[in-house]
Amino acid sequence: MRIPLSWIREYTQFPAEGTAEDLMAELVKVGLEEEDVHRPTDALSGPIVVGEVLEKIPEPQSNGKTINWCQVRVVPEGSAQTLTHEGIDPSGVQGIVCGAHNFEVGDKVVVTLPGAVLPGDFRIAARKTYGHVSAGMIASVRELGIGEDHDGILVLSTLGLDPEIGADAMELLGLYDSAAEINVTPDRGYAFSLRGVAREYSHATGTQFIDPAEQITTDDAARPGLEVRLSDQAPIYGVEGCSRFSTRKVTGIDPQAPTPPWMASRLRLAGMRSISIAVDVSNYVMLELGQPNHCYDAAKLDGGIQVRRAAAGEKLITLDEKERSLHAEDLVIADARGAIGIAGVMGGARTEVDDTTTAVIVEAAHFDPISVSRSKRRHKLPSEASKRFERGVDPQLPPLAAQRVVDLLVELAGGTDAGEFTDAGTPVLPEPISLDPTLPEKLTGVAYTQEQIQQTLTAIGAEVTQSGEQLLVTPPSWRPDLSIPASLVEEIARLIGYDQIPSRLPVPPAGRGLTISQQRRRSVYAGLAAAGFTEVLSYPFYSEAANTLFGRAEETAEAMPMLRLANPIASQHPALRTTVLPGLLEAVRRNVSRGFTDLALFEAGLVFLPKTQLGSAAIPALGAYPGEDVLADLDAGIPEQPLHIAAVVSGAEPAELPGVAGRRRDWADAVDAAEKVADLLRVQLEVTQGRHQAFHPGRTAELRLNGVRVGYAGELHPKVIEDQDLPARTSVMELDLSALIAAAPEQVSAASISTFPPTTQDVSLIVAQTLPATTLESTLAEGAGALLEEIELFDVYSGEHIEEGKKSLAYGLRFRAEDRTLTAEEASEARAAAVALAVERHGAVQR
Amino acid sequence: MSTPETPHPLDESAIERSVDAALAAFAAAGDLDELKAARLAHTGDKAPIVLANRQIGTLDKTEKAAAGKLLGGARGRIQKALAARTQVLEAEHAERILVEETVDVTAAGRRRPLGARHPLSVLQERVSDVFIAMGWEIAEGPEIESEWFNFDALNIAPDHPSREMQDTFFVEPPEAHLVLRTHTSPVQIRSLLSRELPVYVLCPGKTFRTDELDATHTPVFHQFEGIAVDKGLTMADLKGTLEHFARRMLGEEAAIRLRPAYFPFTEPSAELDVWHPEAKGGPRWIEWGGCGMINPAVLRAAGVDPEEYTGFAFGMGIERTLMFRNGVPDMRDMIEGDIRFSQHFGMEV
Repeated sequence: MRIPLSWIREYTQFPAEGTAEDLMAELVKVGLEEEDVHRPTDALSGPIVVGEVLEKIPEPQSNGKTINWCQVRVVPEGSAQTLTHEGIDPSGVQGIVCGAHNFEVGDKVVVTLPGAVLPGDFRIAARKTYGHVSAGMIASVRELGIGEDHDGILVLSTLGLDPEIGADAMELLGLYDSAAEINVTPDRGYAFSLRGVAREYSHATGTQFIDPAEQITTDDAARPGLEVRLSDQAPIYGVEGCSRFSTRKVTGIDPQAPTPPWMASRLRLAGMRSISIAVDVSNYVMLELGQPNHCYDAAKLDGGIQVRRAAAGEKLITLDEKERSLHAEDLVIADARGAIGIAGVMGGARTEVDDTTTAVIVEAAHFDPISVSRSKRRHKLPSEASKRFERGVDPQLPPLAAQRVVDLLVELAGGTDAGEFTDAGTPVLPEPISLDPTLPEKLTGVAYTQEQIQQTLTAIGAEVTQSGEQLLVTPPSWRPDLSIPASLVEEIARLIGYDQIPSRLPVPPAGRGLTISQQRRRSVYAGLAAAGFTEVLSYPFYSEAANTLFGRAEETAEAMPMLRLANPIASQHPALRTTVLPGLLEAVRRNVSRGFTDLALFEAGLVFLPKTQLGSAAIPALGAYPGEDVLADLDAGIPEQPLHIAAVVSGAEPAELPGVAGRRRDWADAVDAAEKVADLLRVQLEVTQGRHQAFHPGRTAELRLNGVRVGYAGELHPKVIEDQDLPARTSVMELDLSALIAAAPEQVSAASISTFPPTTQDVSLIVAQTLPATTLESTLAEGAGALLEEIELFDVYSGEHIEEGKKSLAYGLRFRAEDRTLTAEEASEARAAAVALAVERHGAVQR
Repeated sequence: MSTPETPHPLDESAIERSVDAALAAFAAAGDLDELKAARLAHTGDKAPIVLANRQIGTLDKTEKAAAGKLLGGARGRIQKALAARTQVLEAEHAERILVEETVDVTAAGRRRPLGARHPLSVLQERVSDVFIAMGWEIAEGPEIESEWFNFDALNIAPDHPSREMQDTFFVEPPEAHLVLRTHTSPVQIRSLLSRELPVYVLCPGKTFRTDELDATHTPVFHQFEGIAVDKGLTMADLKGTLEHFARRMLGEEAAIRLRPAYFPFTEPSAELDVWHPEAKGGPRWIEWGGCGMINPAVLRAAGVDPEEYTGFAFGMGIERTLMFRNGVPDMRDMIEGDIRFSQHFGMEV
């Protein structure tokens, strides 16, 4: 909302020398946030004066144009020119070349003299042109920044003005005025008016407020006029779409009557264009009081008015010349021939006021905020009217606003009050609220006195009466947002000042700290980072193909089950992630494009998996506990959202350095990353040979936890690497971190540490190529028995001296006893037992 | 070296010459290899003293004793000199190796570079730790939420503009009433429903709104919201909590300011400004978030009796906090995954 300063001064004590910044500084105290300043003089400066055209000599030019060589008097005859800028003629008459033709000798015009600056940093100076020295400019509204019309210069008589020669034209056109723009929160619709903001200014400063609504005198008695029927056949939530509809009629309007400059200036500062006297008056009254209103061309109305819901298939061409198909829920204003406007949103073209209109029907009505809001959204028609109706308009205003429009049309457009007044419906006024006088302190911690409470509530326009221990507070008609005791408390706290609220640190009961899961996650993320991985956070919006390729092991034609957005930001990314990998790979590509190929990245985040029940058909009502069953149903419809962790490696590690050969990262780094996560959580992953459509078929580890698959690790399929534009041999892992954390021990029990010396022995076995090393390892461990402390694979070999289809695996075995130093014989026996079991189970042959 | 003749075991001066020769040879040895050659020459099987010693057996009884004494003394002196020279040369050798092993320590490079946490994640943990220290707990919830938890339970009416598709991501089909949560407030409702009163929880996490990515907007962002519901809580408690928190995050000089505002879920409501003493370009007030006393309708929805309990709530953005606290100028840096952004922070923020 933009507040012209000259306007708010009419209703408040805002000082004459006060600036827009001063006004905003006061308003922010009561919660109207500062947004911007609109000040024409920031882009415009004088001397800009009224001149009279003394002489106008047309001079045809070789380019086909005709210019006018003019003599313009800019100082009253007999007075001396007091301005002294270079190019200002001491005689008081300026020679000016003008390209426009829409004026005559004797017209009063706006002259920008040398030294003036116009919007766009256009500096006026005397300059040679078309064989003359042109010492200034006769200005158009566009050049002055006060309108769009640039067909010709501004002739002041068209504005109904006949000012003194030499008068300050900036003063005349209201260009010294400025406006403060404030942000109005959605609960305070009344602040979308000078009336509302002026009242808030008086609250902020404790100074006097003059209510513009109280300055309007109207005779309440309805007089015969237009027939208006309110017939809402389908109220929304049981609320009638229109609770009040006032009409008046004005005849004999001069459609050509100019809008006076003071009104045009205020409208412009408020952000609205001047259009015609009838439209300008309507807008002016809306800005002044906050009551949207509408003028219909009385000659175009057919019969009386009905306010109803739209009929099936009904159409309306709105003021913007667009045909709208109406919805059965749209509230419309209709005459005998059909809809003439969408209530509170936009009027229709058929009954529009135009430059031949001499009689108007003035409408000022009160519409249901929800009905207006829905129509606005449905037709994507945000308007000044809908903005106010959605937020709540004072239901007492319609007859007053209509009167104000009538008064201004009579005053400024030569109209006549036809004496008709229809006031249909009954205003719905705020209900009284019972306020416990101790509640303000209970909510704010400030011990307000009874007197402060009463005074503040009275100041905002409420009526306060005592009712036993309670205060009975009837909010003013313009505050439909005040509906519960706490909202009254906010008014008290706000007006007395939030800075009065003391500070106190509450003492909660002893907390339990981070949950085990929260602790474990921190340790996993920190552990991976310490191991060289960099965390990234990517978006969870994917293509369906990416979800399917990386989210499901098996290659099938149809997409995997996944959730989609109804309104994705990018249509090619409608799906919610079922895997973290694609986002991580996107980060790889971005880093590669910026010159970094040696990468180790990780990301942890929720993935989204559909369940059989998707959401809930019905949503419980506002403001009430829905009950356990309903809550259970809501929860049952919420998709599974396990936490996944994924890592990707590419390039060399460490990066190439003097004296150190960069080791290429490969599939084993990916497996190692997964094992690190498991180690950090003290759980044991089972690594088995696996298959996954996105992975290299021979380099894929399926990762299991207690026999259940929890993820994959390995090298990406070369085709995927090529398709996805990734570095060669890019390797990845992804784990269901939720599952790992659930299996992690809450606490770790100590292992015994033997202080006796170990005995180490190696064993090298030839087995089938297909036998996984981990399987042979388990067998050896089982066969070696309790003396085995550790077994470690240190060599894998196939090739020369090894039969086709076989491989040699070499393990180091470390034996140690709890209670004695082992003899070499004991260790050899245990080793032999291990080998024997491997021979028996896998046909292994000692090398 | 010519082979010296074997001295007679009783020839004192000849033995003396052999000893002198040995001592001279040891002293002349410049390194351990030369010393080894001298040792073999003067104490080995063919050494004059050793050969003389062998001849003692041929002497008679009285001569044996004299010769033994003479040669024993001579051998002792040789061994002693050998040991002394060995020690000197070994020490020199060790010294030389250390010199030879000198490297350019500035050419070390980074063997295993440290990775990095994302600063948003670390900041989220720092924020959480401040509240943990106050005795609060950290609560979490789903990112796809039921509309009821995201809106209705928070007193956001079905016709509220924030429920439009231009603000909120809806999961298909819209009739399922599932959304990507637009704030972490649903976790507050879940906390009130699932925990014993009083409740003091902080809800950090990912949130979603249909904004296009630019320098100051991102469709996926992070928030932390706090909720406290207890007997006798007032806006003074809210102010005290936020003040303490602001100082922990921005230094002891930090201060807060509340301005009247509107939110459907709080009444009274306030905008929170923080005085940032270390702000880029000088100390100033910065808009940080919203807060207020929980609207009774919200408490009722969560099964809490507003006659008995009051509560406060607040919410701030983690991205915004990182921007003004750590001087990040562009939000896109936080989501692009460029390793330089995170690695600059390392494990800290």
